[in-house]
Amino acid sequence: MSEHSSSSPLKMYFAVFFALLAGTGLTVFAATLDLGPFNAPVALTIATVKATLVALFFMHVWHASEKLTKLVVIGALFFLLLLLGLTMTDYATRPWS
Amino acid sequence: MSMEIAIPKPVERENYLNKEYGVWSWLLTTDHKRIALLYLISITFFFFIGGFFALLIRLELLTPAGDLVQADTYNKLFTQHGMVMIFFFLIPSIPAVLGNFLVPMMIGAKDLAFPRINLLSWYLYIIGGVMMLHCMLIGGVDTGWTFYAPFSTNFTNSNFIEAGLAIFVAGFSSILTGLNFVVTIHRMRAPGLTWSRLPLFIWAHYATSIIQLLGTPVIAVTIVLVAAERGLHLGIFDPKLGGDPLLFQHLFWFYSHPAVYIMILPAMGVVTEIIACFSRKRIFGYSFVAFSSIAIAVFGFLVWAHHMFVAGMSVYAALVFSFLSYAVALPSAIKVFNWTATLYKGSIHYDAPMLYAFGFLGLFTIGGLTGLFLAALGIDVHVTDTYFVVAHFHYIMVGGAVMGYLGGMHFWWPKISGRLYPEGWARLAALIVFIGFNLTFFPQFLLGYLGMPRRYYDYSHMPEFQVLNVLSTAGATVLGVGYLLPMVYFLWSMRYGKPASDNPWNAAGLEWKTASPPPTFNFDEEPIVTWEAYNYEELDAPHKQEVPVAR
Ligand code: HEM
Ligand SMILES: [Cu+2]
Repeated sequence: MSEHSSSSPLKMYFAVFFALLAGTGLTVFAATLDLGPFNAPVALTIATVKATLVALFFMHVWHASEKLTKLVVIGALFFLLLLLGLTMTDYATRPWS
Repeated sequence: MSMEIAIPKPVERENYLNKEYGVWSWLLTTDHKRIALLYLISITFFFFIGGFFALLIRLELLTPAGDLVQADTYNKLFTQHGMVMIFFFLIPSIPAVLGNFLVPMMIGAKDLAFPRINLLSWYLYIIGGVMMLHCMLIGGVDTGWTFYAPFSTNFTNSNFIEAGLAIFVAGFSSILTGLNFVVTIHRMRAPGLTWSRLPLFIWAHYATSIIQLLGTPVIAVTIVLVAAERGLHLGIFDPKLGGDPLLFQHLFWFYSHPAVYIMILPAMGVVTEIIACFSRKRIFGYSFVAFSSIAIAVFGFLVWAHHMFVAGMSVYAALVFSFLSYAVALPSAIKVFNWTATLYKGSIHYDAPMLYAFGFLGLFTIGGLTGLFLAALGIDVHVTDTYFVVAHFHYIMVGGAVMGYLGGMHFWWPKISGRLYPEGWARLAALIVFIGFNLTFFPQFLLGYLGMPRRYYDYSHMPEFQVLNVLSTAGATVLGVGYLLPMVYFLWSMRYGKPASDNPWNAAGLEWKTASPPPTFNFDEEPIVTWEAYNYEELDAPHKQEVPVAR
């Protein structure tokens, strides 16, 4: 715990914070453009980057030394993949849409 | 060698119950045992509320005509019954009561890893519960416990948002319990208590906690999305706004199928402990039973769309999910076979907890096998949304999970309260529950197979369904008596029951090596484990003389 605070100084938190704000701004800006089929992918990409920043820096995954922490992160991503992947077995194979 | 921790018990020893008195000593406690009792009282309260709705449903169905309540009242009855029973009774039941009490004791710890978070989880549960009560008092919800879009987002004029938020908040209580258990089981095991020496109750709770952690956030997000669509008209599920109504069902069942395993896995853990103790044997195939819990937790996430076969999803995806649903039955079957093999040549004692465990075995098996019927696409088209489905899940959730819960309450009651309950009454109650249960729910298999739809309040076009419905309602009253009895004699025993010894069943497990009721920090000395789980060959039979049978 204490080792994190030394390796993650206040400066870094602010940098991440402003990056997140910029991401929000970008999302709002992207919403004003009509990118056709790319509307959703662009918004989701920005959101994914932001979520990754939060996990890596605010949730200390970047500096985590614990194997267990990594396992938790990988596990969570794996189950997210299941949610998306198996749902897509439905959407990708509907002959009528 | 292994028994050093047993402590001679002076009368009126200081324990977690008599250490402090007064309301605040309970409401601000961080003792996992006291929090377990707070949960016990609160979930019992909600069990009776849910039971009251069930009673009204059964009374309405006594006659074919819709004569007792109005159609929309009936919708609210089954909705509130389902929401209360699932989110406010069954999901917290075994983990938050027995798990809370026993997980630290079974692993030789002083408390859970995060005692304050444990208390917070109870408060969240209460906040969610009060919201749900309030919602019911101002008119209730009529969406079904599954609150499918677009009905919940666009059409219902009942107060869904409050009910949704109530479930949302209660969901966080469930997440915190799971988090606490995972960390506790990883970090706080007594010296010598390796993973392969853990009681299978702990493995079951570990698997349950994984589901709680991974699944519950998804239902929370789903509720937020429904609320956002309902309140702000965001287009998520509504096709007019570019959404997709089936997306709701995917998200909902991604949590709610695993959630059925949140309810059944802990019951499996309870039953494993009971079967080992009352057949005086080591559990057959320990590691298979342990890993089947983990397998259930993982595979449980792969089958959700079997709830959507007729909803208009892709038939190819339906094939995949049908296949995967068969696969998830395997680990459950492994458990059933291993329990049965444990009984084989065991010296079996028919004490009340064991009667519940036997009930669990039979009823869970019927529930699981009928699940396979439903997982078969051809049969599901015929019986989906009929009483067959209702019977299927009640066999598992009531015949399985509630039986396990009651069995566990009887098994550990001497530890929790320090008193013995009247064994004769307890056996009678187990019998009444078993009979009442089957009388209530077996006719529903037949009704469903014959075509009676679920969630209808009027079947006057099919008066021939009445006989089976009358049987079911009659069974429900018997079942009600069976549930009231333990309430009565548990309360009675707190005052008049004989004091229990530290280990009235002569059971293995660290929780039996400390006093009944235990001291606040569970053990006077930190236990050191040098033996495998379920070393029953080294223990005597239960102390029969201590368990008087009233005849
Ligand atoms: C042996 C593994 C199981 C299989 C293969 C299975 C299969 C199914 C299927 C296919 C359905 C959907 C039927 C339909 O709507 O047409 C279903 C419904 C249901 N099952 Fe199971 N099931 C299994 C175990 C369980 C367990 C362990 C529980 C609970 C602890 C459970 C609780 C439920 C519930 C609550 C529903 C109905 C939900 C609703 O529509 O309100 N099932 N099951
Ligand atoms: Cu399911």
